[in-house]
Amino acid sequence: MPSCKPVLLEAVGVPDGHTLASYRSRGGYAPVEKLLPEKQPADVVEMVKASGLRGRGGAGFSTGLKWTFLPKDHPGPIYLCINADESEPGTFNNRILMEDDPHQVLEGIILSAFATRASTAYIYLRYEYPRSWHRLQAAIDEAYAAGLLGKNITGSGFSLDVYLHRGAAAYICGEETGLIESLEGKRAWPRIKPPFPAIEGLFRKPTVVNNIETMACVAQIARRGVDWFKSIGVPADPNNPRDPGSYGPKLYCLSGHVERPGCYEAPLGITARQLIEEFGGGVWKGRKAKAVIPGGISMGLMTEAELDTPLDFAGPGKVGCLGLGTAAVVVIDETVSIVDFLHNSCRFFAHESCGQCTPCREGTSWSLRMLERIKAGKGRLKDLDLLAEIGATMGMMPGSTICGLADGAAWPIKNAIKKFRGEFEDYIKQTNPHGWMVTDPVPALQIVGAH
Amino acid sequence: MIAHRKILTDEMVAKIEALAPRYPNRRALTLPALHIVNAELRHVPLQAVAEIAAVLGLAPAEVQDTLTFYQFFHQEKPHGRVRAFVCRSVSCALRGGDHLLEHLCKANGIDPYGTTPDGDLTIEPAECLGACDFAPCILANDDLLKNMTPEAAAAALKQPRAKAT
Repeated sequence: MPSCKPVLLEAVGVPDGHTLASYRSRGGYAPVEKLLPEKQPADVVEMVKASGLRGRGGAGFSTGLKWTFLPKDHPGPIYLCINADESEPGTFNNRILMEDDPHQVLEGIILSAFATRASTAYIYLRYEYPRSWHRLQAAIDEAYAAGLLGKNITGSGFSLDVYLHRGAAAYICGEETGLIESLEGKRAWPRIKPPFPAIEGLFRKPTVVNNIETMACVAQIARRGVDWFKSIGVPADPNNPRDPGSYGPKLYCLSGHVERPGCYEAPLGITARQLIEEFGGGVWKGRKAKAVIPGGISMGLMTEAELDTPLDFAGPGKVGCLGLGTAAVVVIDETVSIVDFLHNSCRFFAHESCGQCTPCREGTSWSLRMLERIKAGKGRLKDLDLLAEIGATMGMMPGSTICGLADGAAWPIKNAIKKFRGEFEDYIKQTNPHGWMVTDPVPALQIVGAH
Repeated sequence: MIAHRKILTDEMVAKIEALAPRYPNRRALTLPALHIVNAELRHVPLQAVAEIAAVLGLAPAEVQDTLTFYQFFHQEKPHGRVRAFVCRSVSCALRGGDHLLEHLCKANGIDPYGTTPDGDLTIEPAECLGACDFAPCILANDDLLKNMTPEAAAAALKQPRAKAT
């Protein structure tokens, strides 16, 4: 069984594991007390770069490299934004970290702020996590009282303020420039890049946006070392100079039709089948999986036959999925209609499209309306071609939108139509025996977006 | 500062001002201010938007633009004393989320986003609540209701609950 002793989840199940005293008893904050007085920010950047840590929020970009994009010798301020707007369907690993081990997250924030020379860090927390809000605020208060936040942390001369900032239930705030706009008090419309946030971000100052789990990884790398981190996971492919490898432990969220849903820590590269069988106790009720989402709904679908795909940063892409995403694995059993699944996916994205770019606003809305029509027994085979066309034309990859939300909306459509086309065709022919072959235009249904 | 505020209390303004040192400009206080008003009034009427704008030195349209984007803040009338978000995203849907929402609306005689006539309960469909390990789930004020059956949820939503923070 490809397991490792839980490190990121060390505090889960420990009584009062979320408190400062408990975190210290596990070796927490020793790195802050040692590194801050002795090391330079560049040393911490080098450490994180050398570890091969890739951002855990979904895109998998090298964390240390991201930090080096900040301008050198900037007079400041430089801002650190922590993305805790975890809203990707199926994903809850950040919630577990914030509720059960908030000091681990805070230690990562202190080290990352030191590395990036930020003196203010904002944690952008989604509204729907009230328990995380209270736990984090309590941890921040404890850290200030202990001299781990505020002026001159542990006598090092480095000062940092950490503030919690609460969202208002919008998925788009997880996109890093949408998050920045929202923090500035505006509608969360993602910005055109460049300039990237490292050059011009929050309040038009250089900004780094990092995920909660990434912060926990930084804390553990500082405590356990680069070699420990690199001993876990999948090394870089020597035949592919562009593959930086997938190092370290990862929090996999397992939900849907499994016996034991939950957040599990495993080395990057565990296969979906191992995760489902060994951690999740198998598909529920002794059934078989029809499809599995590899990393949040926007990553698309794997079929049962593709479940031996390793869930590292390179794996899901090899079977046509968008990527590893948030590593949120959702199991869909054989009794579920793929039409219902795609309807659910399209409804989510139609609701959450921010409305800024026309291909996304209209594409997500029309794909939902088509799925509504198909479910109502009025589908035509032509709809499948139209859906495939929407899937192929909206997003950053085809170059028609500002951010990746539309790619995330497109991928489940593309994967579902390609991998389960026969089921769609059967459904349409059975539910619309007299109209499935019609190609005339049909009247529009009502608009569905939230923004 | 405006002399005659009709909706924002001195206490609300004090709470907003207490957060001001956290940000380099006052526009960033927009979401916190909306949350402060909403926590008290369970909605943010247009007059409150104008007063928030005056406190922050913004045009009312700037605050209103932000408010309407999020669809979180009711404007016409307050949401219920308990606001229940029923998750309908994929992990909950696979375990009966849509059915749960339908059942709860029917049991309380309201449509989704509706409020019971006594003002006790608002039921709103929600996208992923980030509690897929407890699907299907409901967020009722600050309480996460886990692994809900329609019957258990209907009973749980009848219980009085602390205000959302």
